[in-house]
Amino acid sequence: MKAAAVETKSLTRVFHPKKKKEGKSVTALENVDLRIDRGELFGLLGPNGAGKTTLLKILSTLLLQTSGKAYVAGFDVETQYHEIRKRINMVSGGEISGYGLLTVKENLWMFTQFYGIKSSVALQRIDELLVRFGLLDKKDEKVRTLSTGQRQKMNVIRGFATDPEIIFLDEPTLGLDVNASRTIRDYILEWVREGENKTVLLTTHYMAEADQLCGRIAIIDDGRILACDTPENLKKLVRTSTTLKLDTTFLNNKQVLNSVKGVEKFTYTDDAERNMTSLRFVLDDEAAVSDIVSEIVANGARILGLRKTEPTLEDVFIKLVGKGFE
Amino acid sequence: MTDSWVVMNLRAIKGRAYPRVIGSTREPSWVFFEVALPLLTVAAYAYIYKFMNAPAEFVGYVILGGAMTAFWLNILWAMASQFYWEKEIGNLSLFLMAPISRMSILAGMAVGGLLATTLRATTTIVIGTVVFAITLNLSDPAMLVVVFFLTMVSLYGMGMMFASLYLLFGREAYHMSNLMSEPVYLVSGFYFPVKALGAFVAAGASVIPITLGLDALRQLFYPSTSGKDGFLPVEIEALVLAGLCVFFLILSKYCLDYMEMLGKRTGRLTLRWQ
Repeated sequence: MKAAAVETKSLTRVFHPKKKKEGKSVTALENVDLRIDRGELFGLLGPNGAGKTTLLKILSTLLLQTSGKAYVAGFDVETQYHEIRKRINMVSGGEISGYGLLTVKENLWMFTQFYGIKSSVALQRIDELLVRFGLLDKKDEKVRTLSTGQRQKMNVIRGFATDPEIIFLDEPTLGLDVNASRTIRDYILEWVREGENKTVLLTTHYMAEADQLCGRIAIIDDGRILACDTPENLKKLVRTSTTLKLDTTFLNNKQVLNSVKGVEKFTYTDDAERNMTSLRFVLDDEAAVSDIVSEIVANGARILGLRKTEPTLEDVFIKLVGKGFE
Repeated sequence: MTDSWVVMNLRAIKGRAYPRVIGSTREPSWVFFEVALPLLTVAAYAYIYKFMNAPAEFVGYVILGGAMTAFWLNILWAMASQFYWEKEIGNLSLFLMAPISRMSILAGMAVGGLLATTLRATTTIVIGTVVFAITLNLSDPAMLVVVFFLTMVSLYGMGMMFASLYLLFGREAYHMSNLMSEPVYLVSGFYFPVKALGAFVAAGASVIPITLGLDALRQLFYPSTSGKDGFLPVEIEALVLAGLCVFFLILSKYCLDYMEMLGKRTGRLTLRWQ
């Protein structure tokens, strides 16, 4: 039986400042236990600074853990990194790797050479991927002339062109438009479905992306895994609760809502330009709605809109962490 | 069938050398910045020597020195500082994650830089010899090839070592390169025979491979003045250069391994602006 694609045991990473006066140590990962099987499209969902990238860097052999163990394809990241590197690749969102004076095809070819792939095989694979990503007409253009979306598509091709067993995708659709994101997402899904035991570990802070793509999701915050299950099962965590979205005119005192009976958790965003506040509640008692409305009105704000929503991963996150993503 | 480790690494060297070689054809501005401008310095020294009625070979010494300047600049700006810039644009992580020896990446940088810079240096020599009507009397072409090869391997070995060391300096690497330009032109005798600085300084400067390489090349191009202007016999200089090749290549491997381990421990190699 093949080993798990990824396995971590009490994985911890602490970053120490270079000098004492530069501040305190930061625990980026704390006792992370995770198992990702072969053939899974696994999501790691968490806000910025949650520890997602640190975990990926350890798994991709770029960083050492402070304590605990991590295995990729059954190999220890600390001692057997040579074996791991043959089997993995990684793509990050907003990546600017490569050389601007090379063409798209040259750049991609160059990176395949670092994996020792025969040029004829590499070039054929690159052509197929360029067609798949709608970039074939750009293959002879210099990389520095590409738009952000085109460049990120090229980066994603770079990751898949080496035919890895396991690919780490760190926010691969970060800052991209709808079409470019969709192309990348569709390809990721296709690659996992059609490849034999191909595994993707995707980090994102886009809830919908994780929901749409991933078979299982781990929610991470402050370096700790808070929950790990299928999106459906995660949403069940808030199914007994009521989730509510409420828009009001600018609400000054939000903290009063904490004291309303039946409010489990809530988050808010203020829109100063439009002079409004958007609130999102997880309620353990639906009867709390009238009390919430009363409190808001008593604080001088007007209700602009109110709707009950289907539970999303964001609600799960709010319930688990007690705050939103942004 | 899986290719051997050697074949994999040769492909990696070719891959990393490619942007350097192709870059010369994509950005022809190098002709102005890296040939025409250095030639002005060469011309200044050549006219000083002519004005002083120095022996004719001194103009030749200057042109050879000017040609070697291209290699030294390539070492400072395209080898030593390179890993720092690769880190900034995110390439370094990708290099470190690849299943090949990191030395292949450095070797690819070196081979590409060497090929592109040889073209530049040759252009400087050709233009210099034509403009100043100098005659080069090559006595031993085989030895010239040996000396040039040893000089380049040891020089680029030094550049490979610097590439890892510069990562320690971060953005300060800029200043390091500036610091090592003019002083090295002086102590290595780019525009005059290094012997003029005295045996003590010349011996100290010999740790920079270009010092002995340049001195040997001058002796090979001007055999009649070899005894008068040469620092050490060419054979001895070739031997020392061979020693420097081994020394710098081993040291560069050690520095690279050390930097990688340090980077993995601290996160410095994969986090930008550190």
